[in-house]
Amino acid sequence: MNDHERSITRVAAPVRTFAQRFAYIGLIVAAAMLMLVGKMEPAAFERARAQVTDAIAPILDAVSRPMDAIHDMIGEGKTLLALRAENTKLQAERDRLLQWQGVARNLEAENKALRELLNFVPASDADTVSARVIGDAGGAFARTLILNAGARAGVRKGQAVITGAGLVGRVQEVGLRSSRLLLLADLNSRVPVLIESSRVRGVVAGTNGETLRLLHLPPDSLAEPGDRIVTSGHGGALPAGLPVGIVAAVSESGIEVKPFVDPTRLEIVRVLDYGLDGILEFKAGNDPDKTRSR
Amino acid sequence: MRPSFWQRLDRFARDLTPFALTFVLLVINAVPMQIPGFAQVAPLLPMIGIYFWAVYRPDLMPAAAVFLIGILHDFLSGLPVGVSALTFLLVYGVGMAQRTFFFGKSFIIVWIGFMLVGAGAVTFEWLVLSVVNGNLIEARSAFYQYGLTAALFPILAWLFTRWQQTFLQVE
Repeated sequence: MNDHERSITRVAAPVRTFAQRFAYIGLIVAAAMLMLVGKMEPAAFERARAQVTDAIAPILDAVSRPMDAIHDMIGEGKTLLALRAENTKLQAERDRLLQWQGVARNLEAENKALRELLNFVPASDADTVSARVIGDAGGAFARTLILNAGARAGVRKGQAVITGAGLVGRVQEVGLRSSRLLLLADLNSRVPVLIESSRVRGVVAGTNGETLRLLHLPPDSLAEPGDRIVTSGHGGALPAGLPVGIVAAVSESGIEVKPFVDPTRLEIVRVLDYGLDGILEFKAGNDPDKTRSR
Repeated sequence: MRPSFWQRLDRFARDLTPFALTFVLLVINAVPMQIPGFAQVAPLLPMIGIYFWAVYRPDLMPAAAVFLIGILHDFLSGLPVGVSALTFLLVYGVGMAQRTFFFGKSFIIVWIGFMLVGAGAVTFEWLVLSVVNGNLIEARSAFYQYGLTAALFPILAWLFTRWQQTFLQVE
């Protein structure tokens, strides 16, 4: 190194450290600003989020397939081992269900007759889109999944996502070929529900934990452990009558609801298209609480 | 002698790998493992990458790259945008500031350093999210997540060290 170069480094080094430090602090401020913007305007990053998820979806799709295959193989092995016990159990269950089928047939006929008497307008049938779970990146503080179906497959924001057991959550963002599913357990999840037996309305909110919380019940109403919770269809967001969960505990601190669907092992889910508009669009100036509880 | 175009391209590609490897960790973090309850406690892999490169090769992991990884992590995980970016930048800053202390020390010391920084980072993230959310959020899964991340650090650090020895030129 000659003298000239050395003198340049001597001057340049502190300038560079200063620039680096400045950049570091600038980035910290930028991150804090982004959080502030996101808090004030929750929809601000929706597009960017959907685009990033869309871009990574093919990778996740490819990687998650062998994971699913391995998991299926393990499941297969377990089933083979438990085949005999399972068979006896299923036979007993079938006998019981046959009885129920008889009851259901009678009720269906009766229901049909009564509806004809009343000129009842039935709820429209749903189209469903089946989607694979390709991403589960939530970590400790967010409960969302990434699905491999997006706007191209007919998925729209606000639609209900179900499995055979009940409601899983709803679509939060939609990209072209992927979408994000907000699970019931997420802190931002709010679902209008009612207690099936008493028809009392409420809202089920996520707590980031395993159980959900039943909020906003009318003051004089009671919930008891064992009560089934289903969607109410209020707010035009979700179809009515989807099973959500069962009341697990009632205490001073609130009513805990255990969801029917365990979201940790989902592979395939169904996205329901009832032709509803999804979530209601609130105009500016309305209650900000409502706009946030998407 | 001035390096040829291909030599410089090769060098550039190698120098890009710390960022690329951390990005791969970010994607791996998002793959569903189909183990009940695992997603909530899955180790925070990108944080390991950021801390490691902040301590050993901060020249190849500039603050802007850390910021980008953080934002992408927020996008993918559904967290409020900026939370992970802020957390990762703090981890990076502490790692950078302490690197002269770690210089020449045994790996155990670096690992203990990561445990301390990680504990701070998870607590910080929990606090920020609690403030954003308006009440204290459940932190049990975060606690397990932290434990797994700390436990996984030596394995990834070993892989990164091998990578560094094989592909990266000394500063």
